Amino acid sequence: MVGTAARRRAWRRNAFAWLLLLPSLLFLVLFTLYPVAGSLKLSLYQADLGTPQPSYIGLDNYSRMAEDDVFWKVIKNNAWFALGTVPTSILLSLLMALFANKVMRAKGLVRTAFFYPTVVPMIAIGNIWLFIYTPEYGMISRFLEPFGLTGPNWLGTPDLVMWAMIVMILWKEAGYFMVFYLAGLQNISEELYESAKVDGVGAWRVFWRITFPLLMPTTLFVSIIALTNSFKLVDHLWIMTKGGPENASNLLLFYIYETAFSFWDQGMASALTTVMIIFLLLLAALQFFGLDRKIHYR
Amino acid sequence: MRAMMKALLLICACAMIVVGCSSNGGGNNTPAASNAGANEGATQTPEATKEADKPSDEKVELSFYYPVAVGGPITEVVEKMSQDFMAENPNITVKPIYTGSYADTMVKAQAAVQGGTPPDLAVLLSTELFTLLDMDAIEPLDELIAADGGDEYIKDFYPAFMENGITEGKTWAIPFQRSTIVLFYNKEAFKAAGLDPEKAPGTWEELADYAKKLTKDGQWGLEIPSTGFLYWMFQTFALQTGDNIMTQDGKKVFFDTPENAESLQFWRDLAAVHKAMPEGAIEWGTVPSDFIEGKTAMMYHTTGNLTNVKTNAKFDFGVAMLPKNKQYGTPTGGGNFYVFKGLSDAKKQAAWKFIRFMTDSERIAQWSIDTGYVAPRMSAYETEKMKTYAADFPEALVARDQLEYASAELSTHNNGKVSKIFSDAIQSVLTGSSDVASALKKAQEEADKALEPFNK
Repeated sequence: MVGTAARRRAWRRNAFAWLLLLPSLLFLVLFTLYPVAGSLKLSLYQADLGTPQPSYIGLDNYSRMAEDDVFWKVIKNNAWFALGTVPTSILLSLLMALFANKVMRAKGLVRTAFFYPTVVPMIAIGNIWLFIYTPEYGMISRFLEPFGLTGPNWLGTPDLVMWAMIVMILWKEAGYFMVFYLAGLQNISEELYESAKVDGVGAWRVFWRITFPLLMPTTLFVSIIALTNSFKLVDHLWIMTKGGPENASNLLLFYIYETAFSFWDQGMASALTTVMIIFLLLLAALQFFGLDRKIHYR
Repeated sequence: MRAMMKALLLICACAMIVVGCSSNGGGNNTPAASNAGANEGATQTPEATKEADKPSDEKVELSFYYPVAVGGPITEVVEKMSQDFMAENPNITVKPIYTGSYADTMVKAQAAVQGGTPPDLAVLLSTELFTLLDMDAIEPLDELIAADGGDEYIKDFYPAFMENGITEGKTWAIPFQRSTIVLFYNKEAFKAAGLDPEKAPGTWEELADYAKKLTKDGQWGLEIPSTGFLYWMFQTFALQTGDNIMTQDGKKVFFDTPENAESLQFWRDLAAVHKAMPEGAIEWGTVPSDFIEGKTAMMYHTTGNLTNVKTNAKFDFGVAMLPKNKQYGTPTGGGNFYVFKGLSDAKKQAAWKFIRFMTDSERIAQWSIDTGYVAPRMSAYETEKMKTYAADFPEALVARDQLEYASAELSTHNNGKVSKIFSDAIQSVLTGSSDVASALKKAQEEADKALEPFNK
């Protein structure tokens, strides 16, 4: 008798939980899981302009992808883009947060100044930086002029364009991550610092032994956001380079868009999407199940 | 907290992927196909056409997709034109739907076709013809033209503008907002360099020579955009040297030819040898600003920029036909009217009426004056409006005069892929990372592969 009552109670609690989750689950299924399944299926079909009726071709899209130079270039670009933006933006935002946390005067001003690029839409940023990078009369060129230097054509040179993009993204992203670090810093108990002070511990040691480890959850969070952002921030490409010159600034998501809506090759676009999904899931899994263990949550 | 964060992040990760991919999961094109079937019966019966010609009280509603690709209050102008049309034709309601850029409009039209609710008519790039045909999305217009006095109307359009709308012996599109490429030059810079400001360069040699003379500290001689529409810019040189680079049926391209090699080498040399043009890729959008700012003395750009330059340049400027090599030449560009499949006969008649209304000589002349597009009809240039405008601003006539030498813009089956292949090849030469011969060879091979399915 007691057993059934407890079970009923547990069931009631579970049902209640499911009921609360239902709305978000519904959206998740409708707008995430269903389209993902659809892409998976379509990636096994040839569905392009040459074949009005999609025909099943197994893994042909994937083997075609493996032979596609542009695909490999895009993967390489994305790796560089992630490598250039993720660690640097984490470091930069941490430094900014430490500074903004310590600063005595004009606290609000400093924080706003660091944060405001986040508020500006990506499209607007693309336009602003397009002007900054313009040769001849762009901001950088104007700045170099008095020194007798002519800046290069930042966006028009295959070897430079990716660096130009990375710098711009750092500028936009660092302020956003700083906010998380600021919150993290303010969560660390003052007592820890005070006792360290009493013991006469140096500032460097305090940072590495107290601040940094206690910020680890924030760092994990920020690194995941930064990594996913390095795959999804592509709006600026429409404005600035269209992925050029010669695909030197092309990224995976932009290439998926091109394949789907400019080449109208939906089978291939779905295959590319599948690769991206697998890639991101792997990264997320690695971070959660690998790094997570080493992190100290309270 | 931790578990929640995990779940949240996973959702984020998944959701962003979905944004990138289309929701074409179902992936079937049957709606368009079945519409086509249902439609055939209607097209074949001339009786039905006659009936529809009689004034009827039947209400018809037309949905009309249109993009905006130039500056100015275009949406207002289009809304106004639709209002005027409805005032004249009370039984027809036109719903103009602004659909973003040309590319956005194409994406929306495609989604609508796949969803079984295509628009009734749309303005799309003239080069989308084969893509629309392969999607089985559009209707030939020959019967509507024949029922409406035949050639008289069609013959009034400049042949160069009709080219991109004709294939398989049928006419599929009516030119609306069209453009070509012209040479803009700064007359004051010409004077300063000791050149005659009333005489633009007429040949390639002169172009290179002038550009060199005009180049000085802080000013380039010439800029030709090389980020967007590269293949289009390239076609100017190709058409000046030889024949067009594709066949009318859109199944073959001629990229790897000696004429193209000569053309591409000339373009490359303007920067590499003559040092009269910036190195690397030159951004499409900043070229007009460079010209207006006096950072370049000459530029190749679309006639669509005429109004912009006229309004903003603080110096005297000239517009000229592009210099010739063996002959004059330029590709055409811009958007055409297309009628979609699956329309009832009454709707089809209404759509045609609307196209006729929008391309009326007076109206298209005004459209040209408002936007800077080239009016596609010869009679538009005979209107009082246009004559007055041209008397005041003769530069507006250069593009029209050049039409005599104009030819179709690159448009093939699998057009997105083919034009991208070619643009990448040109860009690799212009940025110095590939030589002309191997770039063109590679482009030809890749394009042949992309066109293979259509040559079976």
